[in-house]
Parts: sequence; structure tokens; C-alpha cells
Amino acid sequence: MTPLAVSIAGAVASFLLVLVVLELIRSKRLRERYALLWLATGIALTILSAWRDGLNTIAGWLGVRSYPPAVLFAVGGLFVLAVLLHYSTVISRLSDQNVLLAQRLALLERDVRES
Amino acid sequence: MSDPVATTAPPGVHSRLRELRRAAIVPAFNEEHTIARVIAELRAFDPGLDVVVVDDGSVDGTARAAAAHGAEVLRLPFNLGIGGAVQTGFRFAFERDYDVVVRVDGDGQHDPAQLGRVLGPLLHGDADIVVGSRFAGDSASGYRSSRSRRIGIRLLAGIVSRIVGQRLTDTTSGFQAVNRRGIALFARDYPHDYPEVEAIVMVHRHRLRLLEVPVEMRERGGGRSSITALRSVYYMVKVVLAIFVGLFRRNVVPEEGTE
Repeated sequence: MTPLAVSIAGAVASFLLVLVVLELIRSKRLRERYALLWLATGIALTILSAWRDGLNTIAGWLGVRSYPPAVLFAVGGLFVLAVLLHYSTVISRLSDQNVLLAQRLALLERDVRES
Repeated sequence: MSDPVATTAPPGVHSRLRELRRAAIVPAFNEEHTIARVIAELRAFDPGLDVVVVDDGSVDGTARAAAAHGAEVLRLPFNLGIGGAVQTGFRFAFERDYDVVVRVDGDGQHDPAQLGRVLGPLLHGDADIVVGSRFAGDSASGYRSSRSRRIGIRLLAGIVSRIVGQRLTDTTSGFQAVNRRGIALFARDYPHDYPEVEAIVMVHRHRLRLLEVPVEMRERGGGRSSITALRSVYYMVKVVLAIFVGLFRRNVVPEEGTE
């Protein structure tokens, strides 16, 4: 069984993550589009931490018998991987757009100088 | 919303319009087959209307077709999505000091002949932003769509109506008329992706007056809707999140002197 302290600490920390993400959206430092995965992470971890029986059951399914909170780490790790992969695609798109902007600017600058 | 449905423009719309600097913002993404007709219809409604086509990174001949038919063309270097494209138009209108902007989609589903209805309350000073609604009044019969989409539209309308304390029926309509206050607001701040729903809440929070009038919309003339089934789920979640988080924003007092 998961130690109670671990459940409480996990739930508090995950819930804090949700609050921080919401505040970042509110203050317009984080766009909704990029916040959704973080929110899903925070909510999933909050539920798994607070719902002790559920965590035990899932740990049982996965064959984790000695220490159920290991499942928390696994789930957290997976979500972080998903966020990172998502960001890699975002960065790729941004760098493509950046190249395009630089090229357009070069052409535009030439046109402006000529006129 | 009590405006009677009239097929022609309410009396006085054209004479009032003539004294104003007015532009039509037409966001277009791969609409080479419909854009010429939209421009022609806008001209037919009001020859003095400056048509500004915002080409949102089209890969077809949209920009060429628009320019050939005498529209002012703003060409975005890549696809920004409807929100970014429309805001480009509002920034243009703000910098060029336009009095009135109408927003008409480049795919032909908005009929410029009905602009009189949308412009009416604006020109009478009854509203800062007027939205043409498919579902207000008797016009609901004219619009066909998938069931899931209708449910989504209705759900959003319910949420938004509660928040703004005013019954709205079509919060995703991009058929709009906006005055100087609205242009100033949207030039400074406009939602991303699919902007209409968030924009309505934003307008309310900035205490601008919004009014819905019934319009009929046509089938899309070409291209395809930018909202696919999977995206609409993302869209719903994102919009609902944006709306509710937006309610906790300060700095929503209307700023004087922006006009």
C-alpha cells in the first residue's frame, strides 16, 4: 500500500502544477494550445495520487507489487515525454517559419532598396 | 435581436455608410475559386467598400485572383489560422483609420447582400459589434450542418450566453460588423486559432456592446472547412478553457483614448 505521506505530497504537488499552469494562462504567458498537455499531466497525477485504491489496482495490473508509487513516476515520466515530443514538433515548425520569414525579409529588403 | 428580417438593407444604411471609411476584411485560405465572386458581391453591395483579402498562407492562386479583382491583398508568409489572419485585417484597418469594418469569409458562405442587416445596428449606434447569426429569428431553417457540429455550436452558445448575460445563438459566426472601438480592441488583442467564441467574451469583458442579427448563410462555395472532427474536440476543450480562464483576467476595463 502507498504510504499516506506519499499520496498527500503527490496530490499537493500535482495540484500545484495545475494551478501554476492556469495562472500562466491567465497572465497570458502560456497559450491554451501549449497548456493542454500540462493540464492533462497535472490532472492525471493529482487523481492517481489522491485515489489510493486506484493507484494500487493499476500497480497490480502492471505487476508492481513492492512499491505502488512507482506507477506515479512512470505516468509522470510518460507525460513529460509526451510534452517534450510535442515541443520538438513545435520547435521544428517555428524554425521552418523562421527560415521563411528571413527569406521573405531578404527579398522585401531588396525591393525596398531598389525603389 | 428584435430587428425584423429584411431582405434589403434597412433604410438609411447606404446613406450613412457613404460618409464613413469602410473596409471588408476577407480571410481566405485556398479559396481561389470563390474569392472573385465574394469580392464582386461586396462591390455590388457597396462600391465604396475597400476589400482587404488576407491570404492566410494559401498554396493556390487565392492572392493572385484577389489582386486581379482589385482587392487589397495582405499575404501572410505562412498559415496563421483564422484568428491571426483576421487580426491582420483589423491591424490594417486600425492603422489606416477605418471607421467600420465588416468581416466576410472568403469561402462564400456569407452573403454580402445581407450586410445591410449586419451593419444596421452599428450605423445607428446601437452596438459596437454586430454578429450575423444563422440561428436567430426565423433563419435557422436555412442552415444545414452535421449533428455533432450543431450540438457543439449550441453548447458554446449556452455557455457564452450565461457569461455575457445576453441570449446569443451563434457564437461561432464570423459574419460581423465592427466599429472603431471594436477595431481598436481587436487590433490590440484577438484570440488565436478559432477566435469568434473567445472574442465575444472578450468584447463583453471590455464592455463593448454586442448585438446579434439573423442572417442566412449559404453552403460553402469551395475549399473545405478548417474544422475537422478530431479538431473540433480540441477546439471545444481549448475554447472552454480559454473562456473560463479569461474570466479571471483583470485589465478588462475599456481603455479610453484608443480611438
